[in-house]
Amino acid sequence: MRITVDSERCQGHNRCYAIAPELFDVDDLGYATATGDGAVPDDLADKARLAVANCPEHAIAIVEEA
Amino acid sequence: MSTTEPRSDKRPVTDWETDWDHTDPAWVANPYPIWESLRSACPVAHTERFGGAWLPVTHDAIHAISYDTEHFTSRSVVVSELRPGDNDLPAPIGIAPPITSDPPFHADARRLLLPAFGPKVIAGYESFTRDLCRELLDAVADRDIVDAAVDYAQDIPLRVIVKMLGFPQSDAEVFRRFIHMILEAVDVPAEERMNEREGGELDAYLDARIAEHLAEPRDDLTSFLLQAELGGEKLHPDHVRGTMVLLLVAGIDTTWSAIGASLLHLATHADDRRRLVDDPSLLDTAVEEFLRVYAPVTMARMVAHDFEFEGCPFKAGDWVLLPFPAANRDPAMFPEADKVLIDRAENRHAAFGLGIHRCLGSNLARMELRIAIEEWLARYPDFELDDPSRVTFSAGQVRGPRRIPVRVR
Ligand code: HEM
Ligand code: SF4
Repeated sequence: MRITVDSERCQGHNRCYAIAPELFDVDDLGYATATGDGAVPDDLADKARLAVANCPEHAIAIVEEA
Repeated sequence: MSTTEPRSDKRPVTDWETDWDHTDPAWVANPYPIWESLRSACPVAHTERFGGAWLPVTHDAIHAISYDTEHFTSRSVVVSELRPGDNDLPAPIGIAPPITSDPPFHADARRLLLPAFGPKVIAGYESFTRDLCRELLDAVADRDIVDAAVDYAQDIPLRVIVKMLGFPQSDAEVFRRFIHMILEAVDVPAEERMNEREGGELDAYLDARIAEHLAEPRDDLTSFLLQAELGGEKLHPDHVRGTMVLLLVAGIDTTWSAIGASLLHLATHADDRRRLVDDPSLLDTAVEEFLRVYAPVTMARMVAHDFEFEGCPFKAGDWVLLPFPAANRDPAMFPEADKVLIDRAENRHAAFGLGIHRCLGSNLARMELRIAIEEWLARYPDFELDDPSRVTFSAGQVRGPRRIPVRVR
């Protein structure tokens, strides 16, 4: 599983960073990016889904890899 | 933003679909049933009051309008009897950038401020905020009845912003007076208010602090603003002063309302209070849930040019009220929308707005709200509302309890 943040949609609410600081980082302006290449370790999969479900701007997507 | 009392000289509302008024005493007392009945009957209500205004109440419509910066302008975000003339609030900058700005200028005015309000910078004020909360509780430690709004909630955002700006804490009292002045004057037409401020006490106070910081830069928000650049040039001190006023107006009664509403909930819902005391890990979801159900801030837009929105003939210059608190109660978006579920895991609430104007102070407001609840519960795991009839709410576009007498022992 991988996560991506659409920087066009992200408005810096920081809900994702509060829920899963392991998976998201914020830049100096407070906008979010996925940490590293966005890969989500299995034990953080639930947190990744929660972050998606709480982003008010629908800016986070989960890419399931085969 | 406003904490004015309801105006008694107005005709009471009898038909919310065609004659709504957000300053009507019925709305001030309890707006939720009004929005609920409108949602099924007429999702965009109209009124001839305020010279013509619309009221969307569904999450969908409020979301769509927040995103549509082409048909709607932010040149005035507070609905009043007085419509701005073309000269007072020149778009796209507006009187108080970035909140009154439109694209493309908005992005520049906002980018300038963002670095001072990011989550990592704000985390640096946590221990100050915690100490402050304890100090406020210490000050009323010998009382059986404490006002959670007057003795606690209202001071927290005020004194944290005073700290961030690098002003002496001993000036907090002076500030409290200024804030009252600004907030009480919300019903006064914009020009009058600006004239009153012109050469007024607050401006003189801020100018003196700005001069001190120009002479001797420090590591605080005031020096940050004086260093900031817009279009390759440093901000004029007048612009810096205007930004300070915006931060005071946008950041104080809003956060105070959110803290107060959360404590009022806990004072009247012993089950939630006990759960939170027993399991502090619920605090994160509880804070978001309080922000959702008791969202304090309603904004507004003006229609930029004639067009049809959801079958309604929007005309250029019409007001559109944007009740984010109504979006947060829409059952199409939130299951059991009127219930407070402090462990609600999925919560895309819009308390801080949606789109490009997303609250710039949201990281700060959340931090203050979380610590204020934590410290209150650490001191008073048991407390209850003393006299429900003495609880009062603000009127206008910022809704929150202004008196919350609670019995703490
Ligand atoms: C719980 C407390 C707060 C709530 C509910 C709240 C709510 C909001 C909302 C709904 C907006 C969107 C405006 C729009 O769409 O027109 C907004 C914008 C803004 N807020 Fe807050 N606010 C809070 C606290 C703060 C604080 C503490 C500050 C700063 C000290 C602040 C500064 C601002 C600014 C500068 C904007 C304008 C941003 C822009 O236009 O880009 N707010 N706020
Ligand atoms: S929650 Fe959404 S909008 Fe907020 S920072 Fe994360 S990705 Fe951006």
